[in-house]
Parts: sequence; C-alpha cells; structure tokens
Amino acid sequence: MKSAPTSKKASALASELLPERELRRIADTVLHLLKSTAAEDTEVHVDEVANALTRFANNAIHQNVAEHGLTVSIRTVVDSRTARATTNRIDEDSLRATIEASLSLAHSQPKVPNLLPMPGKQRYRTVNRFVKQTAALSAEDRARAVRRACDLAVKKGQVAAGIFSNGQSQSALANSRGLFAAYRETHSGFSITMQEGSAASWAKANSADVRTFDPLKLAARVGEKAHLALNAHELAPGHYTVILEPAAVLDLVGFLFYDFAATALADKRSCLNERMGKQLFGQNISITDDVYHPLQQGAPFDGEGLPRQRVVLVDRGIPKNLVYSRAAAKAAHKQPTGHGFALPNEYGEAPMNLVFGGGDSSVDRMVASTERGLLVTRLWYIREVDPYEKVMTGMTRDGLFLVENGRVTGAVRNFRFNQSLIEMLKNVELLGPAIRATGEEAFEMVVPAMKVRDFHFSEVTKF
Amino acid sequence: MWDLCTNALDTARLRGAAYGDVRVMHLRQRDLTTKNGQVGTLSQSESIGLGIRVLANGAWGFASTDRLTREGVAACAAQAVSIAKASALAKRSEVVLAPEEAYVDSWQSPFRKDPFEIPLETQLALLLAADAEMRRVKGVTLTETDMQFRKIDSWFASTIGSRIHQRKVISGCGIAATSFQGEEIQKRSYPNSFGGQHALQGYELVDSLDLMRNAPIIAEEAAALHSASQCPEKIGTLILGASQLGLQIHESIGHPIELDRVLGQEANFAGTSFLTLDQLNKLNFASSIVNVVADARLDHGQGLGTFAYDDEGVPGQCTDIIKAGKFRGYLSNRETAHLVGLDRSSGTMRTESWNRLPIIRMTNVSLLPGTWDYDDLLADTNDGILMETNRSWSIDDRRYQFQFSTEIGWEIKGGKKVRMLKNPSYSGITTEFWNSCDAICKLGHWTLWGTPNCGKGQPMQTMGTGHGASPARFRNVRIGTAFSNQ
Repeated sequence: MKSAPTSKKASALASELLPERELRRIADTVLHLLKSTAAEDTEVHVDEVANALTRFANNAIHQNVAEHGLTVSIRTVVDSRTARATTNRIDEDSLRATIEASLSLAHSQPKVPNLLPMPGKQRYRTVNRFVKQTAALSAEDRARAVRRACDLAVKKGQVAAGIFSNGQSQSALANSRGLFAAYRETHSGFSITMQEGSAASWAKANSADVRTFDPLKLAARVGEKAHLALNAHELAPGHYTVILEPAAVLDLVGFLFYDFAATALADKRSCLNERMGKQLFGQNISITDDVYHPLQQGAPFDGEGLPRQRVVLVDRGIPKNLVYSRAAAKAAHKQPTGHGFALPNEYGEAPMNLVFGGGDSSVDRMVASTERGLLVTRLWYIREVDPYEKVMTGMTRDGLFLVENGRVTGAVRNFRFNQSLIEMLKNVELLGPAIRATGEEAFEMVVPAMKVRDFHFSEVTKF
Repeated sequence: MWDLCTNALDTARLRGAAYGDVRVMHLRQRDLTTKNGQVGTLSQSESIGLGIRVLANGAWGFASTDRLTREGVAACAAQAVSIAKASALAKRSEVVLAPEEAYVDSWQSPFRKDPFEIPLETQLALLLAADAEMRRVKGVTLTETDMQFRKIDSWFASTIGSRIHQRKVISGCGIAATSFQGEEIQKRSYPNSFGGQHALQGYELVDSLDLMRNAPIIAEEAAALHSASQCPEKIGTLILGASQLGLQIHESIGHPIELDRVLGQEANFAGTSFLTLDQLNKLNFASSIVNVVADARLDHGQGLGTFAYDDEGVPGQCTDIIKAGKFRGYLSNRETAHLVGLDRSSGTMRTESWNRLPIIRMTNVSLLPGTWDYDDLLADTNDGILMETNRSWSIDDRRYQFQFSTEIGWEIKGGKKVRMLKNPSYSGITTEFWNSCDAICKLGHWTLWGTPNCGKGQPMQTMGTGHGASPARFRNVRIGTAFSNQ
C-alpha cells in the first residue's frame, strides 16, 4: 500500500478539519489518476465532518459522542454511461481501487440517453457560515451547559432530556472540466424536553453560531411550559382553529419540498401536477428557495457544482416555479437552477433551503385573537397519507393547550391529525415573522408561526 | 484489526478508563435502482473506521475516527476518555454494567450466493426486465426497482477480554408501480414497500422473489385501484397481510419494549413508552393466542435482526416479550438489565456503523405462528376487510395510538374476497388492538420480514430489524379514519 497523498495531521485528530488545500490535493490526485483510464469525464466529491453531541436524560448526561470522517466519492463517465464509487480510504491504492469500481459500474450498464457532459468552471457567491466559537466548543463546555439546565430541572422538580451538539463540515467538488467548488460551515443545536409528572414540553434551537441561543433560557422557558401542560383533559376530535408554533409549521410544510422538483412532476408524483399557475394556497403564502438567506445554511452549489439560484416557488398562493437539475432542465427546455443531487440518481433535484414569507403577528397576538382554538408546540411522526391531496397524519406532542377567549386556559390531551397541507395553506389567518425553525421531521427552514382555521384532528390518545 | 483494537483499549486504560469496548467496522454497499426503464442510482461504497466507548469517572464517552494509524487510534481513544470525564460533570449516578463473559469467536452469516460476486449486468438486466413488465400495463405512470447489498465486517474487543469477528451479508430487493390518474396517485409495491424484502441473505433472496411474475400483477393493481371503491369508515373486522402486520409489530410492540425508551433516555427524541416497569408480568398486552419473541438467533431465521453477538459483546438471545397475551420482557443492555431484575443483558445493543454508539435496538421481534390456514381464515370471516402492504404509518410518542394505511384492501363478504378497496386505513390503541386478535395463520404463511429503515438515536442511526408474521385477524377495529374528514 502506497502512502497517502495527504498526511492526516495529529493536530486534526480530534475535531479540526483539514485545510481546504488538502481537500483540493485529494481531488487533484484522483483527477490525475483518472487521466490514464478510459474515463471521459470525472467528478470528485471530498466531504469531511467533525461532529460532537452530548445527550442527556433523567437530569444527567447518558451519551456523549464525537466523530471524525472524510469520504472521497468518484463519478466517472465512459461512453455515455456513468456511475459512482465512494471510499473513506485516501491512500493512493484505495483511490485507484475506487476509480476502478466506478469505471466497472459504469461499464456494466446500458448507455444513458441524453447524459450531459459535466459542467465547466463556475462562479459562486461567497457565504460565510463558519463560526470559530462554534467549532471551538468542547465536551466540557457542553457538559457544563447541560449541567446548568439539569440543575434547573431538579430545582423545579422536573426531569430534563435533550441534546447539545456542535460540529463542522466541509465539502469540495472538482471535475475534469476545471470546475472546483468548496464550502465549509459550523453547526450547533440545543434541544430540551422538560417533564413534570405525565406532562412535558419541548424546544429546540439550531444555528451556525452557538452564541445565538442560550441553553439555560430555553430550559427555563420549556420548564414553565411543562408545568402549564399538567392536568391535560380530553377534548373531542374535530376541526379546530390552531396556532402552530414555528417548529410545528416546519415539520408539516417540510413535506412539501420535493413536490417542487421538476423531476417529481415529470414522474407524476408531485401534488403540483396540473396545479402550477393556479391559486392553490391562500394569497398570504409565498415560498422561495434561497440558500443565501441569512438564516439558512448549506453550500452555494449543487451536486454537480452548479451555483444555487434563489427561486420563487410560490407567489401569493400560486405555484410559479420549480427547481431543475441540469438533466431536468434540458428535458423541460428550461435553465438549471442549481438544485440537482449528485449523479447518478433517480430523484433529480429539490429545493433544500425553503424560506416562507412571514407576517406581522406573533404567537401571543394569535392567542389573543382566538375565541376557541388550540396552541400546538410540536408535531410528531408525520407521514403522508395521500400524496396528491397532500394529506398528512401525525400527532401533537409535548404541549397542546386550549385557547379560550384570547388566552390559554389549560392543557389538552394529544390528538392525531389527518390534514391536507393544501387545504391548510388555504386557511392561514395570521402569520408571525419567519424564523429559522428546527424540528425532528424536516430539515431546518425559515418559517413563521401560523394561525390556521379548520385543522382536522381525527382521534385522541391517552395522554 | 486486532492491533488497532488493542491499541485503542490500552490507550483508554492508560488515560483512566475503567471499561472500554471498541469496534473496527468495514462496510461495503452496492445500490442499484431503475426508473421508467432507465438506470437510476448505480453506486458502490466502502467505509472503514473505529469507534471506542469507555467508562471513566463513572460516565460514558464515545469517539470514532477513520484515521486508522497508531496515532489516529490513540488520539481517538484519548478523546473518548476525555469526553467520558466531561460527561461525569453532569452525572447523577455511576454506570453499573451487568456481568458478561469474555468471548473469543468468529462468525459469518450464511449465504449461498455472494451478491458482490454476481455480475452487475445480471443484476441490472433483471431490474430492467421487471421494470419493462410493469411499464407494459396501461395506466402505469412511474415504475421503480431497486437492489441493495451490504457486506459488514466487525471486529469487537473489550477490556473484559472479548475478541469477536462477525461478517454479515445483507440483501434487499423490490419493485413498485405508480399510477397517476385524475386527482389521485396510487401505488403498489412488491414484495413490500420500503424497497421490498430485506434479509440477512445473499443473492438467493433476489432469486426467491420471482420479480417477473409479480411485476405485471402489481402494475395492474396500481392502475385498477383508481376505479376501486373507497375503503369505508366503520368499526369492523380487519385481516392484516403479513408484511403490514410486521410493521404493526415493529411500531406497537418493538419500540415500546426498548428499555432505554422506558427509562426516559429517549424522552427528547424517539419518545418514551406506555410499558412502564410496573407493567412487566402484569399487563394483558394481547389476547391469549398472541406470543411474541425478540430472537436474534439464527434458529429464528435470517432476518435483519439476526447476529451471533450484539455490539456490546453479548451473545444473541431469544427473549419472551408476550407469552399467551401477557407482557413478559423488555429489550435490555448491560447497563439497564438490572433495572428489570435481570442478571444479564438480553443482547440488543446494535450500531449502524463504526462512527455510531451502540444503542438498544430491536432484533427480530416476531409474532409466533398460529393455527389457521389462510384460506380457512378468509372463509371464516363473514364481513371484513383485508389490508396489504404498508403505505403510511404513525404512532404517538408513548406508542399508544397508531394509524396505518396500506396500498390495497379487499372487502371480505361471506368468506370470500369480493372487491378491491382503495385507500384502506385503520387506527387504534395498542393494547386494545392486540387484545382483539382472534386468529393467526400457521407457519406455512409466516415470513420474517425485514424493516431496513428504523431510525433512532442522536446522531440518528438507521438500523435493520426483523419481524416474523403471518396474516392475522382483529375484531372491532376502527377502519377508514385516515380518509374521513368528519
């Protein structure tokens, strides 16, 4: 086995990422090795992560982990055929073996009709989402913050559970036509559930900059809400006005993202088939995909290295545009939007940085304006029941409250819902400001709290 | 690999670890898909690395690395100890492990045909042929096929002296036809949704599926569903096909018996469980004909939850979960076993990869076969609905209230399937549902289904679990709720 083309330095063993030039050197090594093969086009992805996560429950840390990994993924094109092979071994012999695997896979298949040549050099907008203070957060830092949150829970006679995570990642993408793109970011998150008897509540924050949230403040707020959630009583299922906090909105509307893929429409599995250009949602609903939004994260290029573009998907309730990979764009005689997945794949593309238009209301004002309704903290286990009407089912969780005559009057047992997202987005009465929301069912997006009429709860559970 | 393990454990001990276990894992994967007659995904990957878990100052730490040099492994082990010491800053009690023997062993899952030795051309040709069969059916608007193969080598070592090498070969294969007509999308999958059937087998799994015979059947059903009657909303008799029952077991029995959930360790994410410790040996979980085991042994079958040793070095076992309807057991590990009066872990710690911490997971959680012939079960049902192949699934965070829908249903009248029903769904409360079970089909109708996509843990881990089931009948079930809007 030959020596590695780059040295994995001792200083990087715990949590530091390699310098970008090292990723470029790995990519160049692969491209150089491929020159002596039959490959007509070659693309190399080099991805590196260094993540850590502290998990706590029963007011103590019970799991505490760290990982470091680097992968090299190679796509080759031979005679209108393409395939991908991936490894996390970066010695030259392993890279050669991965190249051979990619070529062998490519050779094994029929020709791919309309396979496009790889794109050439591109220009990218700079986005800066690497925060040193996030990268530098240590296991001790996380443990101390968790300890403070748990001590608060003990003091209140409550039980805390959650996570405190931080990490950094970087990606480089190069191809044999001179394209090179690189990106790095940090990420951090704090999630906490406070339990009091059989009641519970929850909150979660997520940011490139760990300084933007205060774990202890979140713990205090959730603790107060958990206390309010005591003595939940049962209501009859039916249609209710709901006030959905941003995390609840996110986890529901997150299921819409793939419907805006041009490939999904071509495959006739999108709820937007035969609905583009029509007044599908209320006029107060506008959605863009915008990786450059200050509350968004992610690379400014797609899986083929094309720059991501800001795309208006829904304008005042009317689906206006889709996102396109290069192949989908060619098939539809459109321009690619920089949303393609790494090839080869059967899904095409998707908007991954959704930003909903917000409003000037707030959760408090929504409550104050409601004669009778339900305040929803969080939704759980959401699944698609009807893909065309976009009926979703799921449960409320960790704090469902009855609102009467403009104020919260008590806690309510959790409901199951069966609700069409299309109908829901027709029935939005008030919107709060759009914020970076984070949940467990969808990836992070920028969404507002919403007050929605006629939300359908079909059954009630036992708590 | 053993040198790497020894290096890691020695470093951990030197840094102050009272206990440590280490896994070096080498994972190889091949994925093939087709869509509408063309190759979709065609990829192969490998990943090798080391993860070490240690106890220091009475608390846990875990670190992983792909830098498999002497320095890289030592740094990783030192980091794990350092993390454990940080954990101790927020501990309430010392971790205590149930005793376990040291094992030195090597095990390989049985297979007849190594899927990585089957030519790719052969594999793709079969998928493309099945894809073409489905596309021949009028009304089908999307066809998809897939195969996945994995070969996983793991080298486990611990400070109590275990040295265990295991090799697992896993295969999966399935096809699906989708039809968009009017304002409706209907889909049929074979032999199951979630990419088909998955098992601890070689390419013989693919051979056993007979894709070519089943491709036109599901394609015609997908198109025919548009003109089928809507599943009615009512309280009635429900017969579940074996694969749907497998998922019902997974969600409403498998998850609530995970002891980490029961003890609140998953309260923030996956949720807790209605099966609190006071329910053990007391709760009438199901009717008296229901017997459920968690069985990781090869004797149970070659499922996604089959292994010789778990990722904590404990031998695979069979545990009674429900016996004659009574709740009898949990899934435990060395840390939690004593909390339910066990002197030993039930051997359910599993990890997705070298960079993930082992956590309590389902093995093969299976409903044992009953006494009914399938034809007799249908003939004995005067008025009911048969539901097959999962379409959506959801359950609350304590695993009480669930709702499932399936791809296809059949109305049963006078002991016969009389008509196809579209958009079937049912819902209920877990214990009420299982107590309403009055018939389970016999061994000849029993299949060990693979669920390849069970997500749990933070960071998220995806794990394959096994669920043996045969068709079974349930009375007084709420049917049709997912599509009612009352």
